[in-house]
Amino acid sequence: MSTAVAQSVVPVDITVNGVEHHAEVEPRQLLVHFLRETLGLTGTHVGCDTSSCGACTIHLDGNAVKSCTVFTAQADGSTIMTIEGIGTEEHLHPVQEGFWEEHGLQCGYCTPGMIMAAAAFLETNPDPTEAEIRHALEGNLCRCTGYQNIVKAIQYAAKKG
Amino acid sequence: MVASIDAPEKMIGKAIKRREDPRLISGAGQFIDDLRLPGMLHLGLVRSPYAHAKIKSIDLSPALAMPGVVAAYTGDDFMDLNPLPAAWQAGGVKNNAVTPRVLAVNEVHLAGDPVAVVVAEDQYLARDAAQAVVVDYEPLPVVVDGKKAAEAGAPQLHEEAPNNIVLEWSCGKDVDAIDHALADAEVTSSLHIINQRLIPTPIEPRGSIARYDPGTGDYTLWITSQAPHVMRLLIAAFVMGIPEQKIRTISPDIGGGFGSKIFCYYDMPLTMAISKKLGGRPIKFFEDRMENYVSTTHGRDHITDVEVGATRDGKITALKVQTWANIGAYFSTIAAGIPTTLYGRMISGCYKIPNIRVDVTATYTNTAMVDAYRGAGRPEAAYVIERVCDAVAAATGVDPAEVRRKNFIQPEDFPYDTGVGMLPYDSGNYEGALDKALAQVGYQELRAEQKRRIDAGEQKLLGIGLSSYVEVCGVAPSKWIGLPGEGWGAGLWESANIRVQLTGKTVITTGSLPHGQGHETTFAQLASDKLGIPYDDIQIKHSDSLGTPFGFGSYGSRSLTVGGTAIYKSTDKIIDKVKKLGAHMLEASEQDVEFEDGKVFVKGSPDAAKTIQEIALAAHVAYDLPEGMEPFLDETTYYDPPNCTFPFGTHVCVVEVDKESGEIDLVKYLAVDDVGNVINPLIVGGQLHGGIAQGLAQALYEGACYDDDGQLLTGSLTDYAIPKARQVPWYELDSTVTPSPVNPMGAKGAGEAGTIASTPAVANAVVDAVRHLGVDNIQMPMTPERIWVAMNESN
Amino acid sequence: MLDAAEPPAIPTRKGEQGVYPTQFEYVRPSSVDEAIAILAADPDAKVLAGGHSLIPAMKLRLAAPGTIVDIGKIDGLSGVSINGGVTIGAMTTYRAIVDASGLDGFPVVQAATKQVGDPSVRNRGTIGGSLAHNDPAADLTAVMLALNASVTAKGPKGERTVPVDDLFVGLLTTSLESDEIITSVSIPDDFAGAKQAYMKHPHPASGYAVVGVAVAVKEKDGKVESARIAVTGAPDHAKRATSAENALVGKALDADSIAAAAALATDDLGELNGDVYASPEYRAHLVKVLTKRALSQAAGL
Repeated sequence: MSTAVAQSVVPVDITVNGVEHHAEVEPRQLLVHFLRETLGLTGTHVGCDTSSCGACTIHLDGNAVKSCTVFTAQADGSTIMTIEGIGTEEHLHPVQEGFWEEHGLQCGYCTPGMIMAAAAFLETNPDPTEAEIRHALEGNLCRCTGYQNIVKAIQYAAKKG
Repeated sequence: MVASIDAPEKMIGKAIKRREDPRLISGAGQFIDDLRLPGMLHLGLVRSPYAHAKIKSIDLSPALAMPGVVAAYTGDDFMDLNPLPAAWQAGGVKNNAVTPRVLAVNEVHLAGDPVAVVVAEDQYLARDAAQAVVVDYEPLPVVVDGKKAAEAGAPQLHEEAPNNIVLEWSCGKDVDAIDHALADAEVTSSLHIINQRLIPTPIEPRGSIARYDPGTGDYTLWITSQAPHVMRLLIAAFVMGIPEQKIRTISPDIGGGFGSKIFCYYDMPLTMAISKKLGGRPIKFFEDRMENYVSTTHGRDHITDVEVGATRDGKITALKVQTWANIGAYFSTIAAGIPTTLYGRMISGCYKIPNIRVDVTATYTNTAMVDAYRGAGRPEAAYVIERVCDAVAAATGVDPAEVRRKNFIQPEDFPYDTGVGMLPYDSGNYEGALDKALAQVGYQELRAEQKRRIDAGEQKLLGIGLSSYVEVCGVAPSKWIGLPGEGWGAGLWESANIRVQLTGKTVITTGSLPHGQGHETTFAQLASDKLGIPYDDIQIKHSDSLGTPFGFGSYGSRSLTVGGTAIYKSTDKIIDKVKKLGAHMLEASEQDVEFEDGKVFVKGSPDAAKTIQEIALAAHVAYDLPEGMEPFLDETTYYDPPNCTFPFGTHVCVVEVDKESGEIDLVKYLAVDDVGNVINPLIVGGQLHGGIAQGLAQALYEGACYDDDGQLLTGSLTDYAIPKARQVPWYELDSTVTPSPVNPMGAKGAGEAGTIASTPAVANAVVDAVRHLGVDNIQMPMTPERIWVAMNESN
Repeated sequence: MLDAAEPPAIPTRKGEQGVYPTQFEYVRPSSVDEAIAILAADPDAKVLAGGHSLIPAMKLRLAAPGTIVDIGKIDGLSGVSINGGVTIGAMTTYRAIVDASGLDGFPVVQAATKQVGDPSVRNRGTIGGSLAHNDPAADLTAVMLALNASVTAKGPKGERTVPVDDLFVGLLTTSLESDEIITSVSIPDDFAGAKQAYMKHPHPASGYAVVGVAVAVKEKDGKVESARIAVTGAPDHAKRATSAENALVGKALDADSIAAAAALATDDLGELNGDVYASPEYRAHLVKVLTKRALSQAAGL
């Protein structure tokens, strides 16, 4: 049973995809809901309750994190990038391009999280082996592709640099 | 005069990248959870913690007193809604179909059964309020095992289904004949097979959003459905008793389905009814993963005993199969067809088996409903027959590859009737695929290496697993599958409309729809080549009952073979009219003109051609049409296939098993598939990859598990192991091409082949690795522990 | 004090939903002392570090603290410093540990840390959180045991040092008071440069250790002078396999001594965990197999 708690509100300043936002949020609001519900950035998805699937992966201060496992309040003062900010239609991020070229997606639900995770990974390891790519995807689940074309997509992006 | 247009590039067979992708890689996809409707309210469901219990009382008042809560209901508030329909009941036998209501009334039959619902301003409040509802239950005894459920003294779920039996079904020879054939066999073997329960796990869970229009009495229902037209029909005609046209169903982008999004679920009519009660406020339900796991359908869950008879040289003479199929707490939409038509009638696999009998008993248990999951019946059948082939090999000493070769249906035998009530297999060259696979993988070298390791006493044992499969796709001729035959409660045709508009830009609407398969790309490739209209000028529209002709939806690898054929036939109709009008414009007779690459010209004079774009303009403006011709290029086809299609192939899996720990490495995976002619190899390759991953995951990782109280022990992605990137091998794909004679493209279907083939390939490889230790059977998932136990027990 | 670094192994919930935590008050102190004062005053308060155990538990409503004390913005709690041994700030993320220099003497720390969760989890989860949470299947609990580490904890009564040997006392339970906060973890130089390894059989779904074995072996004159072997995943919390350790002392670290030690590896672990994936019997077998493999790898065999 939840008990009625006098709800305090937390003021936050968060920069998302280059735009500064000030908001007053419920302490319990998860960052993924701030992005999706408050800002309307619905490219970041929710696929599980257990921090397993990675569909909600974003960049928080440059690092890939699962936005379902961060309270919005914790992100106060942070800079965030979501799938909506990583590339443009004219200038896709190399990882986006790789996913398109190599058929790295089918239904597309896990794809934004995959792309964000892969992009962050390539920042730390620009020339990975296949095994390193597969390990880097440990926290991102795809049920459609069997991963092979995702691996190829990331290899494509790595080659492209 | 429009400038002459060069013939567009040929698109069929090209591995072009998908046109769906730009929106999906940029976060611009529109999945159901992304829809924002003004005034939308959110549902929180109150679910039973007990797998079987009487509902003694429900107190909604604590929830109703909470801020942000708009309403709350129990099942009693929806008694005007009929239980959900049982759309596919097994043919020729009595089906004791008990389907769920939108909310359970009086009694719950599985943990997670919804008993009440709260409606709140946001998701957090809905969750708080659902937790505040007080329900008093009286627990009842529970059964979770599909075989034990039918035994005397088992807890009873439904009065309408004595002994929990949904149906008893059989196919093939009578019992005496099969028993004689087994008695006469030179060699016999038996296997006990558990085809474990799986959880489909599309990464997007399911959901519904409904909006009632009080002015018109119409509903709009957004659903994560593989079959929005069918959902409209079922909800209108069977659940609500209103005309179909009062409901518009829309499937937005769908985040995977694998069968679990075919069915009619409680939340669809529930959101509609609540929207009406609340004066038209949009109502949203979106599962979380836990809810998806406890209350969306599962797959497989068969317990099977097999007896096989063979000659000493490995020819199979008799196959007797007894299966208990657990369909869960209630009858899901098409649950009965899976373990009967799609399983029993495919048990013969690629082989000529003179004597077959299959008995299926389907039962209710206190578990989530079981219905179609990728492959649906065919993976279970392929698993039985492919494990049987290896058992025959072990019993006779004949190599597993040779056992398959000796029993294959031969190319000249097609169309081939297996004698168990399946439609005749359309075409095939099973030995060709096997030979190619064996050569590619280096089968003899692998066998030599396997023996070397055994002889040397090495720690890592090698296992080689074969799976030669055939499956049924492109479902299905209505008169065969329908009520008089296999019991499907409707037709199973497909539709397509093509409009070549004034500018030549073309829109195709189809009853098929994607949930990841790339229909927008493949269908446009097909139509572009046929019509000679540039690919980029053709758009495929789908998934909205208002804007598309009736279609039965996407499942059973039927979109291209049935839906694609409807498009193909509509292009034929367009071309007929284009030729008539083109001849008129060229002042020639229709017999004297030809249509090629989007142009009509008098035979022998291709330079003086009218393009399809010019003809579309003339048809649209209608200034000068031949006598009796209607304006506009607009043609529709409703296509009922004359037969199903039967893709086939051979997959080879090579594993290493650690003798000390039972741990497995997937060393090599080679697939030779024959899916007939291919429109887009990139997409077909992706379908095969994903299918192989799901199938091998059944062999090694996945398995839904309930405790004796009916609690799902694998209730989240931290317990239920769908494969990760490092848990799957590199897939080597190869193919043979045997066009299907059933449809004009010669396509067979590719959506499920990988899943059907890979489970037995991997399982056979694991057993093969340890067979020399005396192991002849391991149940799936073949975890390290199970392999370790099997090795120990045999020693 | 519940907090940590990795998603918890989820117990079965009876037909309930996830994703949305209950309401709570949120405070973000700027010093450890301030955090301790809040914890001391409010028994319903919980520390939030990286949040990768607490938040998943809250989403599933397995945890519903009244107040969250977010120590994420307190300065001075993260980083790796060398002082004979090594001291790692409690709020140092797994990622930072993997990236840190100065851990050359303890390669097992980074080798094991790379196997925790996944890259996103490692970007948020912290070593202090992991040790404070004491998940029975965590990786670094065993590694810190094997390296004879100790934690520094601060509470209303001041600061104290607790050897990791004395920290883990039961399932998800430590010897810390609820108003104590771990501020750092120190690895002494006992095993700096010594032979060491971590071997893990990960759960296919969660990635947690079904069994993990960390070993550290110091040799003198070709014989084992001291050895520490710690097992996670199998017992109710990470524990040392002291019989196996003792069996090695005085012997050359070779195939025979390793086999003899591995055979004793379950003797001191008490009752072992079992679940759908692996029974206690199989876990016991894996403990022996992985002890053998870890020692072999450490020995370079």
